[in-house]
Amino acid sequence: MARARHPTEDPTWVKALVLAVVAAFLALVLILPLAAVFAEALRKGLAVAIDAIAHADALAAVKLTLITAAITVPFNVVFGLCAAWAVAKHDFPGKAFLITLIDLPFSVSPVVAGLIYVLVFGLQGWFGEWLLDHDMKVIFAVPGIVLATIFVTFPFVARELIPLMQEQGVSEEEAAISMGASGLYTFWRITTPNVRWGLLYGVLLCNARAMGEFGAVSVVSGHIRGLTNTMPLHVEILYNEYDFVGAFAVAALLCLLAIVTLVLKTALEVAQPAVRRGGH
Amino acid sequence: MTADSPAAQRPVAARRPLFRRRSAIPGFGLTLGVTLSVLSLIVLIPLSAVALKAAELSPSEFLAAAFSQRALAAYRLTFGAALVAAVVNGVFGVLTAWAMVRYEFPGKTVLNALVDLPFALPTAVAGIALATLYAPNGWVGQFLTPLGIKAAYNPIGVTIALVFIGLPFVVRTIEPVMRDLSADVEEAAASLGAGRLATIWRVILPALGPAWLTGFAMAFARGVGEYGSVIFIAGNMPYKSEIAPLLIIIQLEQFQYAQAATIAVVMLVVSFLMLLVINAIQAYSRRFV
Repeated sequence: MARARHPTEDPTWVKALVLAVVAAFLALVLILPLAAVFAEALRKGLAVAIDAIAHADALAAVKLTLITAAITVPFNVVFGLCAAWAVAKHDFPGKAFLITLIDLPFSVSPVVAGLIYVLVFGLQGWFGEWLLDHDMKVIFAVPGIVLATIFVTFPFVARELIPLMQEQGVSEEEAAISMGASGLYTFWRITTPNVRWGLLYGVLLCNARAMGEFGAVSVVSGHIRGLTNTMPLHVEILYNEYDFVGAFAVAALLCLLAIVTLVLKTALEVAQPAVRRGGH
Repeated sequence: MTADSPAAQRPVAARRPLFRRRSAIPGFGLTLGVTLSVLSLIVLIPLSAVALKAAELSPSEFLAAAFSQRALAAYRLTFGAALVAAVVNGVFGVLTAWAMVRYEFPGKTVLNALVDLPFALPTAVAGIALATLYAPNGWVGQFLTPLGIKAAYNPIGVTIALVFIGLPFVVRTIEPVMRDLSADVEEAAASLGAGRLATIWRVILPALGPAWLTGFAMAFARGVGEYGSVIFIAGNMPYKSEIAPLLIIIQLEQFQYAQAATIAVVMLVVSFLMLLVINAIQAYSRRFV
């Protein structure tokens, strides 16, 4: 080789070895499962797969998944902005503890997340009788599914916004306010534009999790076809009925959602490198 | 504030008073109020229901539910598989992060994006895909069967699913620290005569320690609670391949609410301890930045 190797550069054989090991590992762990989903979905041809997705129960599941995400994501955006404004732009005792509490749902098993709402709103739960008397249903109905999804995705947007707003400090907001801008105007014209890419990043991850959540939703849904089945639950039902093509066809649709999420996320990271943070 | 007020006599070293002067930025009361209310209503109060439900049992009933033979077998599998998976990810995650930070190679952007697949892919989809791959007649399983390895419907299958789920936690926690490692230290080590391996072993890896431990703990914590990707490949045989979250669901289906809550309490205590460990590691590592 014409160029001498820089002392902090690995020898070529080390590079080749590391890349080979990494490529083999990622192929086995990540690429193979993804490929298997599409291969199984198309096992009996594209038409059969599309039929499975166009089935009334599958379409109802798609609709419920979209409704759940449409409630969960805006809720978490409003909460995330509130929490980030309070935590990042002000000083108060117990701030670190509050951030830990906001993060708490990350370390709670999704099954436990479902269980807690059964204990609160279920027939034997705190409000079970009251809900029954007023002819309202939370568990085994859409409100329970939405609540469980909100719990599981709770930290996503706030977690993205808090460090970002902390880094940006308060000088721009203080300048605006000292020149007579109202708080709301300052928030809308100064803070929001500064954090919009971080917000989008959080929304992207929150949406993917909201549409894909399984454990928590599984506990509160009751698996009523056409009524309380989200797409991941529909996948489970079809799979357990040995309708593998149907299960993998709906799964392939969810894979496409994941791929779109990853493409948008990567595009965002390339365009706005500042949004890239540690993993969730 | 007058000079002889008690506040003025406080030692100068108290740099951060409890409440700093009122911030010029408005909206503190409103946003903190909304944050605390929503947090309490969605997270804290419902979570307390688990503890209250478990407390309905007498101490001996509680112990019987929390540490029955079946529950102990489930904990062993859940924590054991999560630990093994976190170790596997600890090794391959460092290599993956190293390749992403230090090397240029074709397809890097795609591979780098794919590392986040477990964050973006619904767990049930991962579950049925892995179960199909590692079934005795699956793409991977057919090569394991002649070797006498039964991956699916076995504790090995649980571990495989948790490796999938945990990988990005390790890679994404280590990556930024690895990227920020300054080249000077490495150059200094090299110029002082350290071989490449010695530099990596004695200079680079120790600097990555806290991030590695954090990623390891996050992957472990996530693995302990994981449900969707595991149940399809696990086989779910009591005492053998039944994970703790599944045991909660089984108790729930038998209307054993207090017993389900008891197992949830055990898992919550463990997750909370993990959270404390992660925070302690991060606080410890920040002292050196």
